[in-house]
Amino acid sequence: MKIGFELNGKAASLEIEPRETLAEVLRARCRLTGVKLSCEAQVCGSCTVLVDGLPVSACTYLAYEIRDKRVTTIEGLADPPGRLHPLQQAFLDHFAFQCGFCTPGMILAAKSLLDENVHVSDEEIIAYMSGNLCRCTGYLGILKAIRQASAEMKATWKENRSTS
Amino acid sequence: MSDANKRDAKAFAVVNHSVPRADGVAKVTGSATYASDITLERMAWAKLLAIDVSEAKRQPGVIEVLTGNDLGSLRPYYGHAVKDHPLLAIGKVRFVGEPVAAVIGADQLSAQEALDKIKVEYEELVPVLDVESALAPGGVLVHGMDYIGGAFRGFDDFPGGTKNICQAVHVEWGDVDAAFASAAHIAEGEYYFPMVYAYAMEPYVAVADYDSKGQLTVYSSAQHPFMVRHDLAEIFDLPLNSVRVIVPYVGGGYGSKSYTKIEPLTAACSWKVSRPVKLQLSVEEAFLTTRSDDARVYIRTAVDDSGKLIAKQATIHLDTGAYAENSPMVCRKAANRIVGPYRFPHVRVDCLAIYTNTVPASSYRGLGAAQITFPVESQMDELAHKIGCDPQEFRLRNLAHSGESIHPGLRPIDADVPGDIRLAAETLRSNGPLALKHGRSVCCSCSDAGAHPVTLAMVHVYADGSVSVMSGSTEIGQGSHTVLAQIAAEEMGVPLGKVRLVGSDTGVTLFERSTGASRTTTLMGRAVMEACREAITQCKSMAAELLGVPAGEFTEERGGIRHGKDWLSWPEIIERYFQMEGCGIIGRAYLRRAGALKAVPVFWEIGVVGVEIALDEETGKISLDTLVTVGDVGLAIHPAMTESQDLGAATMGLGIGLFEELIYEGQQLMNGTLLEYRVPRFSDLARRVELKLVENHDGVGPYGAKGGGEGCVNPIGACLANALYQAAGVRIRRLPLTPERVWKALQEQKSQAPASQRKPPAAPKTDVTKTTA
Repeated sequence: MKIGFELNGKAASLEIEPRETLAEVLRARCRLTGVKLSCEAQVCGSCTVLVDGLPVSACTYLAYEIRDKRVTTIEGLADPPGRLHPLQQAFLDHFAFQCGFCTPGMILAAKSLLDENVHVSDEEIIAYMSGNLCRCTGYLGILKAIRQASAEMKATWKENRSTS
Repeated sequence: MSDANKRDAKAFAVVNHSVPRADGVAKVTGSATYASDITLERMAWAKLLAIDVSEAKRQPGVIEVLTGNDLGSLRPYYGHAVKDHPLLAIGKVRFVGEPVAAVIGADQLSAQEALDKIKVEYEELVPVLDVESALAPGGVLVHGMDYIGGAFRGFDDFPGGTKNICQAVHVEWGDVDAAFASAAHIAEGEYYFPMVYAYAMEPYVAVADYDSKGQLTVYSSAQHPFMVRHDLAEIFDLPLNSVRVIVPYVGGGYGSKSYTKIEPLTAACSWKVSRPVKLQLSVEEAFLTTRSDDARVYIRTAVDDSGKLIAKQATIHLDTGAYAENSPMVCRKAANRIVGPYRFPHVRVDCLAIYTNTVPASSYRGLGAAQITFPVESQMDELAHKIGCDPQEFRLRNLAHSGESIHPGLRPIDADVPGDIRLAAETLRSNGPLALKHGRSVCCSCSDAGAHPVTLAMVHVYADGSVSVMSGSTEIGQGSHTVLAQIAAEEMGVPLGKVRLVGSDTGVTLFERSTGASRTTTLMGRAVMEACREAITQCKSMAAELLGVPAGEFTEERGGIRHGKDWLSWPEIIERYFQMEGCGIIGRAYLRRAGALKAVPVFWEIGVVGVEIALDEETGKISLDTLVTVGDVGLAIHPAMTESQDLGAATMGLGIGLFEELIYEGQQLMNGTLLEYRVPRFSDLARRVELKLVENHDGVGPYGAKGGGEGCVNPIGACLANALYQAAGVRIRRLPLTPERVWKALQEQKSQAPASQRKPPAAPKTDVTKTTA
């Protein structure tokens, strides 16, 4: 079947098999290997991508469901390309990863959280992010990174409000 | 080493600073390439299942089906310690989950679907499922045949055909029986440390290309590419220069990707079909590939009437599973490490690694130390309570100080363990008075770390001022590419951004035995430093020739030389010497067990952790209020990453302490998925986390550095058990401390004690973290 969707801000159309998962399509057909596959059971969060701004586990999400929707992967986060998203920069600043395998999913989940509510408390971060596993860091660096990004995005948010 | 080790920390330009990670931008933008991301032209896919026949071969898209009968001229048994592991089951299947056949399909789906068409008939044998039945005289033998030793020396006495004993280690000094006979007090007990799964988020993956010229190239998620190369060369009877193992970024390892895993099978598939083959395991298959050894530990400890430790005796039984893998080394290390950082005049330890029909066990972060630190440090508290002594004071009274020997013949302790313990205890104490149903504990471990020191490195120093470090150490997330670049930048006096790491690739980089045992900063770091200094020595002779003066007439400053008013940088010297732009030289270093690295271990890795827990008596749930880690690392080349390693290790330990355990029912692993196997989540993060570093410049690594990153996994189990005892007066001698297990222990305590006695134990009257100077 042929589906049309928006991929990282650009119109895309693809011929897919109905049984293919979003992760298979993004990794194999679109070569977006920043989408990582681990548990394949919606537990670990490493395959998290955003569909219409909301996080989904691409490992079990059927690809045809993205038709006419917006898909954001880690490759599409730096906007414009080369300028890191505040979350990406914050993950660098706080050494919020080691092996990096959970990082794309972690950053995208955090983005959906901050897009929804930039005034987020530690408790809210911890509750929201508990669906994304990291085996290397023990989570503290990630918490600090999300805090920093939240502060920066808050400042931008205020700026935007005062100029509009 | 040289005086450079004694340098004031302020003198460092690059090391000892938390610089940006070399792999950082790649990892946050999704452009970092892992072995799972690699595809080759005409690549086929292989997927495993336990069974096979001909119908599968007729399926569309199927290229070939490989079984243990199709291995022709190959030498199919591999293993660096014991060559007992066939790359596909031959004749016998030794555990549920063992690969029996591989389907090679044009794509993943074809391979996957053909698996269902494979049929196997089994004659079911009586399985050996626990160490007791494995050791019973006249019992069933898991192997029942003789194998030969692998690349490692020292495991040649493999008992093989006659017993289920994979490895037996005996450690003894002094007169243990006499010491126990004369002891004032003795504590004894049996403890159990569970089977656990490391859950590296990237499951095992390999891409193999056995080409028509007899050249085998393998991309793999392996931690030790040179060990994999050795096994592959033996299996395919190829010279070392015809086997190239390349390891891109690795999605976690924690020991579980040590040594050879699925590379032989993947390479055999490629050999069979003459095209590249990728084998990507799922997490469920990874659960059935490698686990940790579990450990049944009987241990008794004796003190004299002044509270001084006099003797320790222990028997350790490790369930090693169906194949040896690295368990012979786990066995040896568990036996060594059970002594801990304490002075013991009399010691006797017997450790057995025992074959059973379960998933093979191998390295797991801590390498035997996590298994034995739980019993050791639990018993230290039990004994302290028995003699009416504060547990911390009891530890401090018996800890070996820096420079003292704990193992006859081994390197003296190169760390300040008493200082580390005090630091952790003071940090915990700043929480204030202990709340009701809270408990605190500080525990430690001491590991002979670094593994066998054979590490070779080279640096290219180019005339344009850039430097390439060629390292066979794997970047597994620990940050070695950053740390090694920092060392090279520090030595060569070039900006960090001018240094590039190349590796791991056995076709390009020099030999490095392994990436494990916390060795990389110490050994590869030292090798990179020495290689830089060798390049500098060459530059100085070039400068002497260029200037026409003896080398003694100019002075070396970081980055080059000064001669009178002239300043010449190393790159300038290289360019002027060769009169050629774009030129470069090589500095190299070969480390082996000699000189400063003659004494073993390379260093003692200390783990010191403090916890405060909160107990919910209604449910038995333990939650972590405060976590303190102390990294006694000599010098932190990169402080932020060092701290993050300690927290990561402690968090893995927390998982084993509270939730993680692989559960077998008969031959079947019952919880081999992430749905049923609970690892620490964001919500398990302690309320307060303190990550401390101790930098006494006392290691043999560069600038006095030594390894870290594993120690903090070891003490957590005992910390939790001891803190639980302080909070509620119940002693649990097996991990994990699940709510159910804790709740049952609390109920049992209630049913045994009259209501008037239901209170925390009498022994720890004082805050256990109280210390005396």
